[in-house]
Amino acid sequence: MNMEDKTRELLEVLEKNSRTDIKDLAVMLDENEADIAAQMTQLEKDKVIFGYHTMINWDKVMVDRVTALIEVRVTPQRGDGFDNIAQRIYQFDEVSAVYLMSGAFDLTVIVEGRTMKEVALFVAQRLAPIDQVLSTSTHFVLKRYKDHGVVLEEDEKDERMLVSP
Amino acid sequence: MRNFLNRKVCEMPPSGIRRFFNLASEMQDVLSLGVGEPDFMTPWPVREQAIYTLQKGQTVYTANAGLLALRRELSAYLADKYQLEYDPQKQIVITVGGSEAIDLALRAMVEPGDEVLLPEPSFVSYKPCAEMAGARVVTVPLHEEHKFRLRADDLRKAITDRTKILVFPFPGNPTGSTMHKEDMEEICRLVIEKDLFVISDEIYAELTYDGRHDSIAAMPGMKERTLVINGFSKTFSMTGWRLGYAAGPADLIAQMTKIHQFAIMCAPTTSQYAAIEALRSCDRYVDEMREEYARRRRYVVTRLWEIGLPCSDPQGAFYVFPSIKSTGMRSEEFCQKLLTEQKVAVVPGDAFGASGEGFVRISYAYSLARLQEALNRIEIFVKEHGREST
Repeated sequence: MNMEDKTRELLEVLEKNSRTDIKDLAVMLDENEADIAAQMTQLEKDKVIFGYHTMINWDKVMVDRVTALIEVRVTPQRGDGFDNIAQRIYQFDEVSAVYLMSGAFDLTVIVEGRTMKEVALFVAQRLAPIDQVLSTSTHFVLKRYKDHGVVLEEDEKDERMLVSP
Repeated sequence: MRNFLNRKVCEMPPSGIRRFFNLASEMQDVLSLGVGEPDFMTPWPVREQAIYTLQKGQTVYTANAGLLALRRELSAYLADKYQLEYDPQKQIVITVGGSEAIDLALRAMVEPGDEVLLPEPSFVSYKPCAEMAGARVVTVPLHEEHKFRLRADDLRKAITDRTKILVFPFPGNPTGSTMHKEDMEEICRLVIEKDLFVISDEIYAELTYDGRHDSIAAMPGMKERTLVINGFSKTFSMTGWRLGYAAGPADLIAQMTKIHQFAIMCAPTTSQYAAIEALRSCDRYVDEMREEYARRRRYVVTRLWEIGLPCSDPQGAFYVFPSIKSTGMRSEEFCQKLLTEQKVAVVPGDAFGASGEGFVRISYAYSLARLQEALNRIEIFVKEHGREST
């Protein structure tokens, strides 16, 4: 297996579970611990790994939290296209993600807030008034079925018999 | 009333696994490393395709040998993966799992008194199927010091004038051992010299690590004297679909198809349609599963050595077969005590033939978290019993 494959595999394992012990990673990937640690440091430095997040099902802890996907149409600017306007939007703490899209609108903006009203007000008072923003269309998430590759309410029962040939 | 039961069947000992299964199922909260099937679910495109064909009402019999479209896909698949060319019309039959193919092959070839060579330890079905077909089974022991690979020397010793068939199960259950080209050359020479026929069970072929699977049928002069058995259970995580196949010389396939026609009619139609989808679109899933198994394999092997249960590095399937001789216990005793004391189920090696005594089979078709917990318990168990024996 070449180096690129090794790195890809390391990233794939970390993407599924960033808490995997370095010792176990080394064993599973057939490398030594120091190399894995050095590789991870380098990947972090290069911003290939640009953060470690924890996936939380907030619905289960009764904390008020809503997520909205906002379709935004904007006027691109001469010289720097969409980048400048995207930056003006992603600087807000309320915004958790911004993507430039192909298709019927330009930017997808993911906004999180405590209540629907809070998010709606953010759109009305912060997002919509930006000069280059032509229109917004806000969609609230009602239920998360699957996030980051994980089905939220899946029952992980092992249906297999205890012992089989 | 007369005794209506067939004596040969009554005399057949039940599977050693069955006994252990009964014991384990009576207990609560058992952490099992005892299964012989993948923990991955069948890829969704395959399940989705099956649902679609059910909705369309594609629920009638297929040709006895299986859907021609499936045999065509298989023909292309075998050529692509293992450089094996088979005519989809005459040289492939779709069966109810690889198990049925084993049974058909033996029934189609064995005459009473013929000897069948069986490397051991190996999968539990070969021996009873061969004996039911009237064969005398001669076992060829596989040795740990040779990584449980079949050696021509051992094979030669077992051959007599009555020897007809060699069962060749690699990658192997329960050992995880593989046979590559260089390991097979001498065996092929011997097989040709003694005019034997090979039943090559390659059900774990796609779960080969550190290199690719070599089929014995692709060795020079072997194709006309080899039947390749494979299936969808392990490769595509489709155990419950019960779908396998055999590919080999047309005259043998014709006779196997005849038995299959009268006993089974055809393999389940829904499964056959699903299998076409698996062959067409699921390479990516297989690659991912193989990588995941490979990582777990390294983890389990390393842990077992640390615990003090040495094992050869298995190159295929999803089993590790460590020696438990250092504990001074027999396989059955080790497994029973491990089950009652630590609630961990592994399978005694002697369930796969007498030469499996002194070993246990550990499956790594489980999540890493499960493997970690179970191995922690095995570690405690071995420590406690190590002290007793000193």
